[in-house]
Amino acid sequence: MIVWNAVQQTLRQVRRNPMRSALTTLGILIGVAAVIAMIALGRGAAARVNQDLAGLGQNLLFVVPGTPGQGGPGAAASVRSLDVADAAAIAREVDGLAGVAPLVSRGGVAVYGGASWRTSITGSSGDYLTVLKWKLARGRAFSEAELRVGAPVCVLGHTVHRELFGAVDPVGATIRVGSVSFRVVGVFAAKGSSSFGQDQDDFIYVPLATHQRRITGSREVAMIFLSAADPDASGRIKTDVEAVMRTQRRLQPTDTPDFFVRDMKEAASMVGSITSVLTSLLAAIAAISLVVGGIGIMNIMLVAVSERTREIGIRLAIGARGRDVLAQFLIEAIALAALGGIAGITLGLGLSLVATSQLGLPLEIDAVLVLLPFGFSAAVGVIFGFFPARKAARMNPIDALRRE
Amino acid sequence: MAPLLALDGVTKIYGRGEAAVAALAGIDLEIAAGEFVALMGPSGSGKSTCLNILGCLDVPTAGEYRFRGVAVSRLDRDQLALLRRHYLGFVFQGFNLLPRTSALENVELPLVYRGVGGRERRRRARAALAAVGLEGRERHTPAQLSGGQQQRVAIARALVTDPAVVLADEPTGNVDSARAHELMALLVGLNRERGITIVMVTHEADMAAYAGRVLTFHDGTIVGDERQAPQGAAA
Ligand SMILES: Nc1ncnc2c1ncn2[C@@H]1O[C@H](COP(=O)(O)OP(=O)(O)OP(=O)(O)O)[C@@H](O)[C@H]1O
Ligand SMILES: [Mg+2]
Repeated sequence: MIVWNAVQQTLRQVRRNPMRSALTTLGILIGVAAVIAMIALGRGAAARVNQDLAGLGQNLLFVVPGTPGQGGPGAAASVRSLDVADAAAIAREVDGLAGVAPLVSRGGVAVYGGASWRTSITGSSGDYLTVLKWKLARGRAFSEAELRVGAPVCVLGHTVHRELFGAVDPVGATIRVGSVSFRVVGVFAAKGSSSFGQDQDDFIYVPLATHQRRITGSREVAMIFLSAADPDASGRIKTDVEAVMRTQRRLQPTDTPDFFVRDMKEAASMVGSITSVLTSLLAAIAAISLVVGGIGIMNIMLVAVSERTREIGIRLAIGARGRDVLAQFLIEAIALAALGGIAGITLGLGLSLVATSQLGLPLEIDAVLVLLPFGFSAAVGVIFGFFPARKAARMNPIDALRRE
Repeated sequence: MAPLLALDGVTKIYGRGEAAVAALAGIDLEIAAGEFVALMGPSGSGKSTCLNILGCLDVPTAGEYRFRGVAVSRLDRDQLALLRRHYLGFVFQGFNLLPRTSALENVELPLVYRGVGGRERRRRARAALAAVGLEGRERHTPAQLSGGQQQRVAIARALVTDPAVVLADEPTGNVDSARAHELMALLVGLNRERGITIVMVTHEADMAAYAGRVLTFHDGTIVGDERQAPQGAAA
C-alpha cells in the first residue's frame, strides 16, 4: 500500500515536472549510451585484430630488415634490405619449415580493355598461398616452371578482379601493368578488409622472379614470411633463422643484428598493446561523458531541493512520516534512473551495432559493460535525489515549510 | 478526563542571545473536545506560533503540550506524524498547496497517507471541495485559482479526513466577506454536527463572533480568555 501510493505520487511528480524528469533521464541516457558504444568499439577493434592475427595462424614468422632501437622493424630506410638469397638460405638450412615466402610489392595501374585500376603488384614464391593462407576462387596457382623462369602470369585479388572484369571470368585473359602484359591464371577468394580498414584483396600476385625482372629490376625483397610445420617449434625456428641471417649478412657475434625475426605471438602482443591504448582512450572519453552526465543529474537534483523542501514540509504537515516521503523520492529517483538507463542501454547497443557493422568489427558486449555505467548513473541519480530529500524529511515540518 | 489540548507553561524562543525573540512567553491553556476557539491579537503576538505547536508542526522551547493527556514531547517524529495524520487538520496562513497539482489531488493527499483507496479518496475529496463551494474546479491547479479559492482548497484539505481538531490560521484572510461568512458557517456546522474541535486564528471580530471562546494574545502571552454565546450558523 505504502509502496503503491509512493509509486502513484512518483508518477504524478514526474508528470508535474516533465522538464526536470526529462533532463535527469537524459543525463543518465547519454552517459550510459556513450560508455557502451565507446567500449564496444574499442573491444571490437581489439577483437578484430586478434581474429586477424589468429587467422594468419600460430605458425607464421617473418623476417624484416631494421635495427632495434631505431623505431622498430622497417623504420630506417638506410638499413640493408633482404634479398632472394636470404630466403633461399633459410629454406635450405632451417629444418621444420612448411614454406618460405619472400615478398616484394610495388604500386601500379592494371589495365584490361577500357578498365584500369590502381593496385599493388606483389611478387612472391609458390609458398605464398600456404604461408599466408590464400585460397583460389578460380583457376590455378603458378607452376614450378612459371615460377622458375619468371613467366608473365598473375593471380588476381578479389577486388582487382571485380574492378577490371566485373562478373566476367578473367582466367585466360591478358592484363597490362605498365609496359608488361600478364596472363591471368587464377583469382583468390576474398578475405575482406583488415583490422585497420585496409582492403586485403586489392593486389595482384605474380611470381617473384617475374616481379624482380620486369618490375623492380632488383633482387631485393621487403620481407620474408615463414611458416613452421609445427607451431610449437616456432621458438626454435626463430633462433635458427636468426643464425642463418647473421651468416648471410656477415655479422660478427658482437654486432647488433640489422634485421628482426618475429613470430605471431610477438606480433600479437605488439598490436595488442596498440589496441589496448586505443581501448583505454575510448574508455576515458566515455568516462568523461558519464561524469558530465552525472554532474547534469546532480545539478538538476540540487536545484530542485528548495522546491522539494517545501513540498516535503507540506507532506509532513498533513501526516506523512519521514519514511513515506523518502519512499516516494527514492522510487522517483530509481524510476528516472531506470528509464534513462534502459533508454541509454538501448541507444548504446544500437550505436555499437551500427558502428561496429560499419567498421566491420565484431560486436563484443557483456553484462559488465552494460551494467557498470548504468549502475554509476543510477547511483548518481539516486544519491543526489535521495540525500537532499532525506535531509528535508528530518526537519520539523514548519522549518521545511518556511524554506524559500 | 484530560482536556483534548493542554499547554502548560509553553515557551517558544526564536534565535539566540541578543537576537532572541520570545514568540510565546509561558502559555497555559486548556481546550476541551468540541470547543470552537478563536485566537486574536495584534500581528506578531504569537498566534501562529501557538497554533503550530498545537498542530505538532513545531516543538516548544520549554513547557509541555499534552494531546489527550499524552505529553507530545515524548513522541518521536513518526508518532508525531501519525498524530497529525489521524487527528489533526491544518489550514496554513499561506495555503501551502502543492504547486502544479490539481485541487482534487491536493485535497486527496491526506487520504493517501491514511491509506484510503483511490475511488473512495476521490469521492471524499470531491465532497470536501463541494463543501467549500469549489465544484467544477477540481482540475484547476493553485496557479489557476484565486487567493480565496486556494484558501478554500486548503480548508477542504484540512476537512477531508474528518479530523478531531481543525487548526486554521486566518482561514478567511483572503476571502471577501460574503465568502468569509459562508466558510464560518461551514466551520460552525462541522463543529456542531460532527463535534470537530476548531482552533482558529483571526484578526476580524466578525469571524471571532462565531466562536464560543476567544483568546487574546499580546506579546506572547494570553491576556484575555472569554467565553461567549456563538453567533448562529446563519450567513
Ligand atoms: N521562524 C522564526 N524565526 C524568528 N522569529 C520568528 C519566527 N517565526 C515567528 N517569529 C517571531 O515570533 C513572533 C510571533 O510570530 P507569529 O507568527 O506567531 O505572530 P502572529 O501572531 O501569527 O502574527 P500575524 O498576525 O502577523 O500572523 C514575531 O515577533 C515573529 O517575528
Ligand atoms: Mg500569524
